[in-house]
Amino acid sequence: MDESIVLQAEHINKSFHDPVTIPVLKDVSLIIKKGEFVSVTGKSGCGKSTLLYILSTMDTDYEGDLYIGGQAMRGRTEKQLARVRNESIGFVFQFHYLLNEFTVLENVMLPGLKLGIHSEVEVKDLAMDRLNTLGIQSLAAKKADQLSGGEKQRVAIARALINSPSIVMCDEPTGNLDKKNSLVVFDIFKKLAEENKQTLLVVTHDQEFAKNTHRTIEMEDGRIIKQ
Amino acid sequence: MNAHLIIRIAKALLLARWKQTLVAAIGVTFSITMFITLLSFMTGLNDLLDGLILNRTAHIRLFNEIKPSLDQPINQSKDYKGSYNFIRSIKSGSSRQEIYNSQAIMQALRKDNRVTGVAPKITAQVFFNDGSIDITGVVNGIDAREESSLFHFNDYVTQGNPLDIENVSNSIILGKGLAAKLLANIGDVVLVTTAKQQQFSLKVVGFFQSGLQELDKVQSYASIGTTQKILGKPSDYVTDIQLKMVDINQAPTVAKEFAKLFNADAEDIQTANSQFETGSSVRSLISYSVGIVLLIVAGFGIYNILNMMIYEKMDSIAILKAIGFSGLDVNRIFLVIAISIGFFGGLLGLFFGFLLSMFIDQIPFNTPSLPTIRTYPINYNPAFYLIASIFSLVTTYLAGWAPSRKASKVDPVIIIRGK
Repeated sequence: MDESIVLQAEHINKSFHDPVTIPVLKDVSLIIKKGEFVSVTGKSGCGKSTLLYILSTMDTDYEGDLYIGGQAMRGRTEKQLARVRNESIGFVFQFHYLLNEFTVLENVMLPGLKLGIHSEVEVKDLAMDRLNTLGIQSLAAKKADQLSGGEKQRVAIARALINSPSIVMCDEPTGNLDKKNSLVVFDIFKKLAEENKQTLLVVTHDQEFAKNTHRTIEMEDGRIIKQ
Repeated sequence: MNAHLIIRIAKALLLARWKQTLVAAIGVTFSITMFITLLSFMTGLNDLLDGLILNRTAHIRLFNEIKPSLDQPINQSKDYKGSYNFIRSIKSGSSRQEIYNSQAIMQALRKDNRVTGVAPKITAQVFFNDGSIDITGVVNGIDAREESSLFHFNDYVTQGNPLDIENVSNSIILGKGLAAKLLANIGDVVLVTTAKQQQFSLKVVGFFQSGLQELDKVQSYASIGTTQKILGKPSDYVTDIQLKMVDINQAPTVAKEFAKLFNADAEDIQTANSQFETGSSVRSLISYSVGIVLLIVAGFGIYNILNMMIYEKMDSIAILKAIGFSGLDVNRIFLVIAISIGFFGGLLGLFFGFLLSMFIDQIPFNTPSLPTIRTYPINYNPAFYLIASIFSLVTTYLAGWAPSRKASKVDPVIIIRGK
């Protein structure tokens, strides 16, 4: 298999069965290569978020095949998939989802501690490094619920990067932010993609945002209409 | 590393809602406190009531029962060997109450390592004469030293010195009730008449109070020698030999063995006092049931609080799963939360239970029937503390089990999508 392929989906079908069967994804296939900055756009309900959750391994109820880093995800246990998410995937959500019980630094460290490869001191250094990159090192000691929306989203990005994942997935990362913060977040993604060669997959309905990415995948009624 | 991280997250979740945590922990603390106190108090009371009888009762009593001989002469006759012999109106023969060869038996028993102590005893039926009135009573001839060390005789002598019956010749210790009937004080002389119409003057040197009033109205104690004198018997005359065993549970089997060996009757404590064991086991059962019910109620409290916490923390659970924590990890986080509530609540409960027991131990409890008791009885058995801590952990584990399972099953997609 091609080393440069980070993520590959083949013939993905998914239906919701409640209360009647509605197909949401129809024969979706896509390939994301290393260093690509890809956006997925489409109208509300076209299935783009559903696709993201399947690609992120959190949703396992689908037909078709998914490969991450050349490894098939089908038939893996919940525990193995959790390990894949921890190791290879970084997440940024629309609603920032930081753990309010912890400080910013601890939030960023959490996936690194879970991975268990580095000692706590090393993870701390890594986390500070990520916060530095995003220019929010001064927030490290604050509690997560003391931050503004834009700050929270930047902390979430730092957390997504802690384990140097092969791909970062974002679900409407700017959907809940004002214009100014949206721009800040976009610039961060751009910088990550260009300077760090970080692979990014961003689901967004913000056309402005999508236009500026390397590649845009357009979806409609559960199908990819343009790659 | 993983365990450390799970404990760290559990701790953060716990402390973030410390008021809820505190309420849950107080529930456990309260029930463990009550469990410990209830059991300590109940068992203390049980021991007291059992002790009332068991402390003063020999584990094995050797004596000679007045009964007809089982081996009647006709059965020994060769002529009637093959027939059934019906004999009517058998009378007890010239059997004596005295234990034959008592000194040798006592020496042999003292060497037996299953036996902790041996005390001889003579019972004499007498009349106490008070003017024209005769009061029936019993003079127990005892060895005051042995009787005190084996059966706590000194505890029940409320006035006077028990050893005086050995030191003062022709002296007696009267039961409180008997003394009241005779209007006798210490230093007075009472007159006793034996069944064989011999009269004796005995000097009162003390009173005793057993806690059983009926007993105190008839019983009195004198030395072995004095009693032998009253009965006009030689110095080896002994009617009872009382034994204390190392292991009380051996008493029934050893009693049978001794009965055969010494050719006497032997009665073990289990046969003589079977009703006491039943009473105490039922009382323990009640206290355990109440304690366990308290813990179950606390368990439901923990269950509720954990359930609420999981609803509140749905977002956190979803994000933990998204960043690579498995369902099992989430399950463990909530189990750690439940068990730490049980652990710390239980620990405090043990401490408060101990304090409350100590407090009850200080409350005055004076009753005329229990002369040696000054405060409420408490049994500080470490086993209660062990049982309570095991129960608190098990209950909280069970209370946390279902909510933790629910948390581990949270589907992050539904939560993240649902916003």
